[in-house]
Order: sequence, then C-alpha cells, then structure tokens
Amino acid sequence: MKKLLSILPLLVVVIGVHLLTSATDTMYYLTQMTMSAYYSLLIIGLCVLMGYAGQISLGHAGFFAIGGYLSAALTTRSLIPYQDTLPVKLLDSAGFLLAGQDIYGDSLLVVTPWAACIIAVVTAALIAVAIGIPVLKLKGHYLAMATLGFGIIVYRVALACEYFGEADGISEVPAFMLFPGLSVSGNFGDRVSNYYIAWGLLLIGMVLLLNLMDSRVGRALRGIHGSEEAADAMGVNTARFKLQTFVLSAVFAAIAGVFLTHYNGGIGPSEAGVMKSVRYVAIVAVGGMANLWGTLLMGIVLNFLSLRGVFGSYDDAVFGLILILIMLFAPNGILSINVRYCLKQLTGRNKQDREGEV
Amino acid sequence: MLKIRNLESGYGKIKVLKHVSMHVDPGEIVTIIGANGAGKTTLLSTIAGLVKAASGEAEFKGTNILKSKAAAIPALGCVMVPEGRQVFATMTVEENLLLGGHVLQKQGKQVLVELLEYQYELFPILRDRRNQLAGTLSGGEQQMLAMGRALMSKPSLVMMDEPSTGLAPLIVKEIFQIIVRLRQEGNTVLLVEQNAKAALGIADRGYVLETGKIILQGPAEDLLANQDVQRAYLGREKTEEK
Repeated sequence: MKKLLSILPLLVVVIGVHLLTSATDTMYYLTQMTMSAYYSLLIIGLCVLMGYAGQISLGHAGFFAIGGYLSAALTTRSLIPYQDTLPVKLLDSAGFLLAGQDIYGDSLLVVTPWAACIIAVVTAALIAVAIGIPVLKLKGHYLAMATLGFGIIVYRVALACEYFGEADGISEVPAFMLFPGLSVSGNFGDRVSNYYIAWGLLLIGMVLLLNLMDSRVGRALRGIHGSEEAADAMGVNTARFKLQTFVLSAVFAAIAGVFLTHYNGGIGPSEAGVMKSVRYVAIVAVGGMANLWGTLLMGIVLNFLSLRGVFGSYDDAVFGLILILIMLFAPNGILSINVRYCLKQLTGRNKQDREGEV
Repeated sequence: MLKIRNLESGYGKIKVLKHVSMHVDPGEIVTIIGANGAGKTTLLSTIAGLVKAASGEAEFKGTNILKSKAAAIPALGCVMVPEGRQVFATMTVEENLLLGGHVLQKQGKQVLVELLEYQYELFPILRDRRNQLAGTLSGGEQQMLAMGRALMSKPSLVMMDEPSTGLAPLIVKEIFQIIVRLRQEGNTVLLVEQNAKAALGIADRGYVLETGKIILQGPAEDLLANQDVQRAYLGREKTEEK
C-alpha cells in the first residue's frame, strides 16, 4: 500500500508531461516517451536481476526479441498452408485464429494478438528456464559470457531465419486490441492512449517490483548478492530464487518486446543486437544497480534522448562514455550524487568539508 | 540428535575427511578441535550441505541430511554460523537477522518479531546497531550478528565454525559465555575451534581431528588432562605438567 502511494508522484508527472506537451504543441514527444517506457520496463526487470540478485545478464535484448519477433511473426505470417495440421486446428478451435487479408488482397489466417502475446511471453519464460538452469550455476564473468552467447544466438537466428524476415525483420504487424476501444498501435490517433498504456504498464511493473523487493524475496535476493554460500546456509534456496528472478526479468523483457513491436508496427534484428543488451546493462549500472527509481529515471531519460536522435550516430559511443563517467564519479548511481558536496568542491572550499565527511 | 558414521568428504579428488564418526546428543556442547587443515571446516560444511560427501551417513533427528540440499537443512533445525562471520555487509543488522529467520517466514510476522526481540536481549549491542549496515560493525559485533542470525531460525542444533577467529580475548570470553547460556536454555551446540583451551573449557565432550581422522574423543575434562592434547594443542610440555 505504501508503495502504491510512492508511485503517485510519478503518476502526476506522467499526466503532467501529457498536459505540458499538449499545451506547448509538442505532442510528438509522446511517441518517444511511449517507446522509452517499454524499454524501461525491460530495464527495471533487469535491475532486479542485476542490482538485487547480483546476476548479470548480457542477453536481455534476446528475450525482448523473442517476445517481439514471436508476436510479430504469429500475427503476420499466414497459417493457410498448414491449415490441416493438428496444432493449427487446435488453435482454431480455441478461437485463437483470425482470418483477414494482406495488403495485396490475399486471404490470411493469423493468430490473434492476444494469443500471440501469451504464446510469445510463455515461450520467452520457458527459454529463460531452459537457459537459466545451467547458466545460473556460473558466476561473474562466466555468467556474463554465457548470457552474451545466448544473446548472440538469438540475434543470429533472427538474422538468418526466413520466417523472421532475415535482415529486413517483420513489418505490417497489426494493432494489438487490448479491449474494445483501446489498442496498441502506431496510429496517429492512438498516440495519447498508447502513451498511457505504456506508462500504465510501466507503473504496474514498478509497483510489483517495489513490493517484491520490500518483501522476504527482496531480502533473500540481497542476501544472495552479498554471499551466496551464507544465504544457502541460512536456508535460502539460492538456485530457485536466482532462476525465478531470471525468468521474471525475461518475462518483463518479453512483454516489453511484444508491446513495442505492436506499437512500432514491426521489429528488426537490431533489437536483438548485443549492443542493445550492453546498453540495458549500462543503464542499470548508471541508475545505481540496486536502485529501481534511479534505474527507471535513467532508463527514461537516456532512451528518450537516444530515440530523439540527440546522440546522432555516436549513440553507442555516448552510452559507453556515460558508463565510464558514472563508474568514475558516481559508482553508486546517478541518484547518489551529492549535489551540494560537488558544488562545494567546485568552489574550492573542500578542505574543511573533507574532514567532516570522513 | 546428530549421528555421523564413516563420513568421507573433500573437494574433487582430494579427500579431506577419512571415515569420521561422531555424534551429538541433545543439550550438549560438543567441540571439535584440531590444527589448521585438519578438516574441521570441511566437516561442518559437509553437515550443512555446502560440500558434497563422498560416502558415509549423517543422520539428523532421524533423516539422512547428506541427501538434502544446503538450503533445506536449516528448515530441519540444523544451522551453521559460518567461519569468518559472512554477514551480509550491505544489509542492515535487522535485515540480516530477518534473513536468518527466512525459513520461519511462513509462520507469520509475530513469530519473527518475538525472535528478533530474543536476539536483541541476548546481544544488546545489536539492538543499538539495528539500523546500521552489517559491514560497518566491529569483528566481535559481526560474530554476534552471525550467531543471532543463525538463532533466528529456532534451530535445535547450532554449528559454529571458529567463532573466536580474529577477536580480542575479552570478546572471545563474552562469545563463549553466550554459548554456555545457549546450552542453559536447552540448545545444542557443535563448536569447531582452534582455541582448544577455551573450547574444551565450556564443552561437555570433545573430538580431536587430525589430518581428516578423529584420533581422540571423550569428555572435555579428560581431553584437557590428556598429555597428547596438551602437547599438541595447549602449548604445554609433558615435563612442565609433572
């Protein structure tokens, strides 16, 4: 309940941004704000895995891509050639299929967005379980390498597989009607409602994670981060907690992938790229690792600037630079910077201060 | 309460423990003494499930705990205070204690609050430090926190691995007094120590471990009087004694 109240200011900011952009006639910013919200959904999930449980993953763009690609493929690739096979018949009888026409007027038989979303997220979760059980036995650099390998595999599969559109990716992804009157799509008229869908999802995710981290689960995860062996000796089932957290963060990534793909109307292999994963890890680090609010703030700000094209073609270079600067000057994250202390240092009255600080 | 028969354990091909047999009865303080590398920590880690046993049996309250995972053993009532404290440095004292009560969490908040109160009564210094990060405590305070954290799971057997390591003699005395108090309150303690004199001073029975084998066992006062033990672990020559 207390956590519900703590996100109220954020809700006010969300509405405030909408009102501000509509008052200043800069509503086009809402598009990037929507996309930033989806990326941040992935990033807060990764924050719990990295910052709290202490398990690094350089493969989260892979889970994002699994969610995005599967829902894109299922809702665009026609199943008519396989109409008589058993799985398709089962899907049909469950009411998960939708007949339609493509842009050339040919008839189509595709999976409904809701069913595709569920299939995509469940698949991502299952893959996370399959990958997580062996990989989470590793620690530190080795875990980073293994998850990096997973990310590369997903990227290469997306790039090589005709079903996933090879280098072109998948386009013409239909709108995702959540319920009548509210759908995730890139349509001009849906911009405001999509802004609220994205931020609503992000707020729900935030409340969920804040509550989880405040409970025995969060305590156990931080214990694992501190000393896995000691946590084990205290009766914390470390293997299970690590796996559950890994799967939870993968599900967050997959949901973000599904929604952003429907919002953009398509997905390309760059979403699965390794640099994306590195970027997510960098943002969690910049946000202060075990700090959901810091991570959320940096996730929104950095993604927004990047999507607006502020960094131009130096995008990845800027992220590298930011990471170096933060590690040097604020290793505990952006929110740990003590502005007053910095100002005093700059004005040269630091000598006295230092004695006081230590 | 704890019965170990023919236990063999080690790391990979290296066998540290060779046919160790021992037992702990309810309400006792049993100590295992031995030099560096004798296998004391390996023995405790094997009982706690952190090291896999190669062969043998370890029966705790009727269940074979060698088959259990490390995380399942505290729930059975057998908990370890690890060597070198290993408190969770980035968590507060109270969070450390609450994590110790992890296995009791399902019994409700009230149980945990009562247990917290009990630890604060046992270790008053922890109450003063409750909101401080565990990493900022002194060595003695960390040892007390590690003990309190273990006691939070209401264990029937507490295993302590070298609680005196790196502590001032005065603090060691305080820690050992608390161990005696634990026995008075009906707890059972398995104490591994290099400080043989102090350990045998409070224990009921003792085992002497040397290069992975138990070479001597018996009531603590007998071991204290034993000339071999005196020469090897208490730093007294035979001639001095006579």
